[in-house]
Amino acid sequence: MSSQLSTEILPGDSVPVATRREFLRRAAISTGLLASGAFSGCHVIGAAGRNKLDFGDDFGILNLALVLETTETRFYERVISSPPRDLRPGEFEILRDIKANERQHLRFFKRALGPLRVKVSDSNFSSIDFTSRQSVLEAARNFEDNGVATLNGAGRRVKLPEFLTIAGKLVSVEGRHSASLRDMLNPGSRDFAGDDVVDENGLDRAITPAESLARVSKFLVNPPRIVGL
Amino acid sequence: MTSKGLLETDLELEAKLVSRREAIRRGAATSSTVAAGMAMASVPIALAAVAKDVFAQGALPGVIVDVLNFALTLEYLEAEFYTTGMNTPALIRPEWRNQFDQIRKHEVAHVAFLKATLGARAVSKPTFDYTAGNGSRNGPFRDVFTNEQTFTAVAQAFEDTGVRAYKGQAAYLMGNRDILVAALRIHSVEARHAGQIRRLRAQKAWIVGNSPGGLPPNTQPIYDGEANRFHFILAQPASGISMTHSFDEPLTKNQVLAIVNPFIVGGR
Repeated sequence: MSSQLSTEILPGDSVPVATRREFLRRAAISTGLLASGAFSGCHVIGAAGRNKLDFGDDFGILNLALVLETTETRFYERVISSPPRDLRPGEFEILRDIKANERQHLRFFKRALGPLRVKVSDSNFSSIDFTSRQSVLEAARNFEDNGVATLNGAGRRVKLPEFLTIAGKLVSVEGRHSASLRDMLNPGSRDFAGDDVVDENGLDRAITPAESLARVSKFLVNPPRIVGL
Repeated sequence: MTSKGLLETDLELEAKLVSRREAIRRGAATSSTVAAGMAMASVPIALAAVAKDVFAQGALPGVIVDVLNFALTLEYLEAEFYTTGMNTPALIRPEWRNQFDQIRKHEVAHVAFLKATLGARAVSKPTFDYTAGNGSRNGPFRDVFTNEQTFTAVAQAFEDTGVRAYKGQAAYLMGNRDILVAALRIHSVEARHAGQIRRLRAQKAWIVGNSPGGLPPNTQPIYDGEANRFHFILAQPASGISMTHSFDEPLTKNQVLAIVNPFIVGGR
């Protein structure tokens, strides 16, 4: 493992190899990742603090999740600080719970990634009318559905079983969110698990990282770029 | 792989599986099941059909067969439950019927999908006792098909258990990413069902602490461990109850079987 750590140097990276190696070693040990054997190359360092998602290893999907959770958390914080006036009884409490859940998810990814997390761009929510219940609920539903489909799709590439389990712990909560928001938008309908998201085999959606990023990008001033796919 | 759609990914996968199949049965014509699945432009059906063709050769590892048969048993349990409920007059109030029909439709589809994937290695459907009476038909839920409240309570029990069951098995499917992703896609559908049934029962859609969410005390094993705040190697800092409803927790196969066995005549 240690011999592999110095084998890959990213173009344009000016940090000396010895320092980079040491940084990676400390960063990995600090989060227990090195011992798990999840990472095979030095390119993880390229993701740290930069505006790109490197899918050469599990840090790519973890950082994508960080981007989604950051965006969702900022969205729900804004909704809760200034909720639409036409919310129906009980709906504020539901949105407040969802905000709390997303903050917990974000906190997890921040701590799991440590110094290897990407810097998430400022948000751009200009397409959302925060004074309108309909606009807010539709945006929330889209965030949740994107989260579900992203984490389902991530099953194709996550290398570490522990991260697969973590993704599972989060994705079902996002599914519960989505069902609630969809039922709020069309009460009593089949939409909580509608035919627009669940196919004729009873399977939910699964999307690639690129599709996921494309959907969240319009909410980011400076979306990250994907490498390593 | 920069901007590949789900459909393209799946088509690529089909090509891969078909070529594997071709390697196994060199020169054989595409089976009618596969051709029918593809002609219907029904990608997962085609996937299942291809998988059946490939894995009937014994290529599907035993550990994956075991997981899928475990999942199939749970889906049999749910599919027959909702089918019976929907076929029982005056059990479900009219304004809830379309929602339960949507859930029934998905569970029936899950059974068909898993059976197609497993082919000849699929387990057969057990006989169920939805009163949880081990076959006595006189268990704690004896009015399950005459009392809507009991019916929805058992539905919540099945869905919240199902979510935890799939979560606990996911890592065992990592050897076959196509099957793993399909299982994850079932898992999130079960979570949607669970959330909505909880809402119908005037509960939060998410599990708070290890609360049984309005179910009777004998269902507590379904919720034990849900108050966990250790994830991966990290403890979420204690900051109130929201931490516990932010993460759903897995159950092992044995924990799930202990929960569902009273519903299965002869047990599993």
